[in-house]
Amino acid sequence: MNLEFGKVTLVIIFMLVPIVGIVLGMRAPSLRSKIPLIVAFFAGLIPIVSLYVPKRFLSGDTGMSPRLDQWLIIVAGFALLLGITNVIQNSTRKIVRRTPGWPYAAVLLSGLYLMSAFALYGWWTGDGIGIRPDGSSTPFNWVYVAIFQPLQATIFALLAFFIASAAFRAFRARNTEASILLVAAAIVMSGRVPLLEFLAFPFPFLHESAANASQFMGRATEWIMDVPNGAAQSGIIIGAALGAGSMAIRVILGIERGYLGLGKSE
Amino acid sequence: MLALLVAPRLADASAPETSPPPPPELPAPLDFTAADRPSDSGGAITLRWKDPADLPAGVVFDVRRASDPSTEWTDLAVVEPGAETYVDATAETGTVYRYQLRLRGTETPDTLGIAGATGPALVSDPVSAADNWFRVERINSLVASVLFITIILTSIGAARSGKEIFIRRIAGLNAVDEAIGRATELGKKVLYIPGIQSMDDIQTIASVAVLGHVARSTARNGTDLDVPNKDPLTFVSAREAVRAAYLAEGRPDLYKEEMVNYVTYDQFAFTAAVSARMIREKPAAIFLVGYFFAESLILAETGQSTGAIQIAGQADPTQLPFFVVTCDYTLIGEELYAAGAYLSREPILLGSMRGQDIAKALLIFVGLTGIIAVSLGMSWFVNLVRTQ
Repeated sequence: MNLEFGKVTLVIIFMLVPIVGIVLGMRAPSLRSKIPLIVAFFAGLIPIVSLYVPKRFLSGDTGMSPRLDQWLIIVAGFALLLGITNVIQNSTRKIVRRTPGWPYAAVLLSGLYLMSAFALYGWWTGDGIGIRPDGSSTPFNWVYVAIFQPLQATIFALLAFFIASAAFRAFRARNTEASILLVAAAIVMSGRVPLLEFLAFPFPFLHESAANASQFMGRATEWIMDVPNGAAQSGIIIGAALGAGSMAIRVILGIERGYLGLGKSE
Repeated sequence: MLALLVAPRLADASAPETSPPPPPELPAPLDFTAADRPSDSGGAITLRWKDPADLPAGVVFDVRRASDPSTEWTDLAVVEPGAETYVDATAETGTVYRYQLRLRGTETPDTLGIAGATGPALVSDPVSAADNWFRVERINSLVASVLFITIILTSIGAARSGKEIFIRRIAGLNAVDEAIGRATELGKKVLYIPGIQSMDDIQTIASVAVLGHVARSTARNGTDLDVPNKDPLTFVSAREAVRAAYLAEGRPDLYKEEMVNYVTYDQFAFTAAVSARMIREKPAAIFLVGYFFAESLILAETGQSTGAIQIAGQADPTQLPFFVVTCDYTLIGEELYAAGAYLSREPILLGSMRGQDIAKALLIFVGLTGIIAVSLGMSWFVNLVRTQ
């Protein structure tokens, strides 16, 4: 057995401590809230220390910090099982109680069971869930490619229409700020697309002027994006980074407990 | 005629043979050193040298390695002139090696006559890769982090001692109770979407903290709450936060398992499901707090079309404009992280917000100093704050 220091420490902190905590928590309920805070402390501390300490047991390829990321994936896998169970429970409850919209729940469950059946079929036949060696699709892959992906693309494509409707609302000149936004947007849009050339197309004597004006708009667009927009974005990013740092300190030290569903007294 | 054709060839054949010029001697590399690559987890040794002047074309450097004290050289790499450095990332930590560096001619066609020729070999001192304790190049980042933590902890200490702390008003957070109150009056539900990222994202942690406060408020008011989730870990955490909030408010009877529900792991399937829920159930208040990608505008526009009060929060500037345009209130950047502290009004948490503001003031000072220093040509300042 390979008893690396990092691996053993991780097992103690993230497996033995929670198990001991659960056992002790049965006798003393106040301990139940302490164990997650201890685990959160180490889970937050290890990546930060590994930023400055390159020791192999901590930051190497198989060190504590990379291994912690791998463990997160394993935990997420178990959490996904809980999620799927929740979907089945909620959808079944809707169908049984005939709550409004229950046919949608029926469609959801049908899809869930059908795809599971196709996956099991692929496993049974040895074809898997992708393309067969002869190039034909397995049932799982066919449903994914011919039904699911077009539906995904459809929802994504809605974004274009929503951008148009949101832009219409944003660019109404209701007050000074909105008016500035409107002017800036008009410059950026005309700088990003050859609008002036398009408008001047039927009038050959305007072609050169339109090209010059378009170049000017392009430069103005770059200035707007790099200077005022870039400065505002930098301000937001710096503020957010400090906020994230402050939040991280609160979480690691157990001062912020809201994400665990705990109050200050717990 | 035949004599005319053959004579020149005979003349060529009878000409005395001229010996080719001797091939140029390949020089040795200069200042060859091998040392452990600093600030790493071991397993790497850095070789440095200087190319000799007037290097002929068509030559490469052969890098060879031997485990000390053995002299059995094994080929390691071929390096083109100009690189002047090579990192051996295959070294074993703790093993002592010696490295050999020499020039070798490779030109094809061999116009200089040096193909295959090798120059004098230089051998490095014995060296081994070390598993280091500290990343020296990150000392500035460490100092800044320690300073930041000290400021936050000092501010928390001051808050704990009862010192009055002024926190500026955040409109979006003041509107939380208003939005939930409206949902209560209309008898409609509150929809809370904690982003689509997992709990390893600090924005999601902040969002779940805000969710705890929203859940306490819905528990007090007896308002229905709906929390659809895309990420399974976020789902589990959100469920715990909501359950604890209802318990804390003494209303466990109002808590229902289906309040916090899992939808799907697919981004756009999640978007479609939540958008459809907005249209069918018309919630009175919608919270979009956390990390969102392309679905931000689809969700916010759909919510806007239902007439709900919308409060959004995101720290990433790429999606913020969409929320600003479509939502009634938007928590911008740091406001999202401050939300939990602001809503709880706990002095200790508010103290950290104060510390955050002090750190921001310091950062502005450093930024202005940097602008002045660089304008005056003091480039050392840039290196001082450069992170690696």
